[in-house]
Amino acid sequence: MAQVELQNISFIYGAGEPYEIRALDNISLTIGGSTVTGIMGHTGSGKSTLVQLLNGLLKPTEGKVILDGKDIWEDPKKIRDVRFKVGLVMQYPEYQLFDETVRDDIAFGPRNMGMSPDEVNARVLEAAQFAGLKEALLDKSPFDLSGGQKRRAALAGVIAMRPELLVLDEPAAGLDPGGREEILNSIREYQKISGTSVIIVSHSMEDMALYCDRVIVMEAGRVFMDGTCAEVFSRYDELISVGLDVPQITYVASELKKYGLDIGRDVYTVKYATAKILEKVRGDNA
Amino acid sequence: MSTLQKTPIIEIRDLSYAYPTDDGSASSNALDHVSLSIEEGSFVSILGHNGSGKSTLAKMMSLILIPDSGSVMIDGKNMSADDVTEEDILEARRKVGMVFQNPDNQIVATVVEEDVAFGPENLGLPSEEIRRRVDEALSLVGMSKYARHAPHKLSGGQKQRIAIAGIIAMRRRCIIFDESTAMLDPAGRKEVMDTIERLNKEEKITVLHITHYMNEAVRGDRVIVMDGGRILMDGTPKEVFSHPQRLWNARLDVPQTTELLYHLKKSGYDVRLDIFDPGECAAEIAKALGKQ
Repeated sequence: MAQVELQNISFIYGAGEPYEIRALDNISLTIGGSTVTGIMGHTGSGKSTLVQLLNGLLKPTEGKVILDGKDIWEDPKKIRDVRFKVGLVMQYPEYQLFDETVRDDIAFGPRNMGMSPDEVNARVLEAAQFAGLKEALLDKSPFDLSGGQKRRAALAGVIAMRPELLVLDEPAAGLDPGGREEILNSIREYQKISGTSVIIVSHSMEDMALYCDRVIVMEAGRVFMDGTCAEVFSRYDELISVGLDVPQITYVASELKKYGLDIGRDVYTVKYATAKILEKVRGDNA
Repeated sequence: MSTLQKTPIIEIRDLSYAYPTDDGSASSNALDHVSLSIEEGSFVSILGHNGSGKSTLAKMMSLILIPDSGSVMIDGKNMSADDVTEEDILEARRKVGMVFQNPDNQIVATVVEEDVAFGPENLGLPSEEIRRRVDEALSLVGMSKYARHAPHKLSGGQKQRIAIAGIIAMRRRCIIFDESTAMLDPAGRKEVMDTIERLNKEEKITVLHITHYMNEAVRGDRVIVMDGGRILMDGTPKEVFSHPQRLWNARLDVPQTTELLYHLKKSGYDVRLDIFDPGECAAEIAKALGKQ
């Protein structure tokens, strides 16, 4: 199980220039383990910067990124190895598909890692299966796939490298509710089977509530909250104050208190709310 | 009666369309005998899973695609008739504008007000008229104080409002929003939805809003659900969302308020399903449980 430790990280865009922007401000954080961690925050809160530091796409202005006990910038020439260990699926990754067939596109990473053709082939099949891509699609051009299939192909391309840490920036953006559920279920399932640490960056509170074990909320370049879904969503007034939202069901639970029906502050899924309401009512009548 | 009825801004009759394939083989219909009429001044949300035909429908209504069969009428004029001239089509396009998903793909200038002026300039309007329209459009989307800012430094929600201003400056009577909120954060989404609602209510601009967010769909006065190239449901938000099972079958969702009420109803409580406001939802539950 991989762990990334951020030690006193600051990141400044355009450091030394008149318009420098401090995107991250002295952050210390350990992410990883066998969990799905969600990172939330409004546009400009620093979450994308944070994600790009994890695999060495950006170098911190101050502080250290420690992966498996080693500072990833200790030897800058070896930063490429970090990119194989920390797989980053960017926003709208389907725009990055480029090869002639889906198979070749997924194989690009493993080939660059220097694997034999047999190994590459095995990796491609394994990744396609995890991502929920049917084998028949592998010999098609990526550009002939539907939007949801393209998203899966791009995801498979990263999974094929068997990263220790899989980071996904808005993996479900732009998909319909059915497509969102499918891709997030695939990711959750992949996490369980492979034991890989998964980090999901998202604006969707509803998705976070259903798929993440831990939620980190970013605000103005700092960690604003860090805890379980129940802990984070129960502080809904603070979330709203930083331009975020909570699932609609959390508001319903809050309103129910006015009628003497207190089902707690930690309500963030419909299933839980239903169970709590029924439990309360049946308890009262007993 | 018929003389009093207003001409729909958009009317589609028995329209079918299949995308051409590389090898000339037949592909299934993206739109399959669709008929539909959009009243001027209405706010219509269009829902449907990816591939259900909703974006194809939008491209038909903005005359980007030409139907295989059936017709598209804009403001009472049949755009699919044999005698339609290029000038007629241009004239119709001047009535319907479109705002797309990705804010970064819609900005062409390096200064906000120049971006908004791009459309009116291309209409060949005199410069004082352009100035007037740009100021007015920026004020309508609440972006006046950013007139001289660089668009790339704005947030996603602000960029989308600039894109909307560009359309308003061309005086479009109908605006189609093709998942224009999909890439925005919650605050940005709210900004854009509030702007859309205001344009509809105060400026009487007809709005067609394609979205995957059920909470946005309930804000209009009509919801159309597409599935397999056909219209599956068409009604007020209250009518449409009263049938969660049909929406789930179409790979869609319902607001969480409706989902909660649906589960309580299945557990034997007498509740309505067509409630989208958390406060009203709580009141309905309290009533059904005898807690009032």
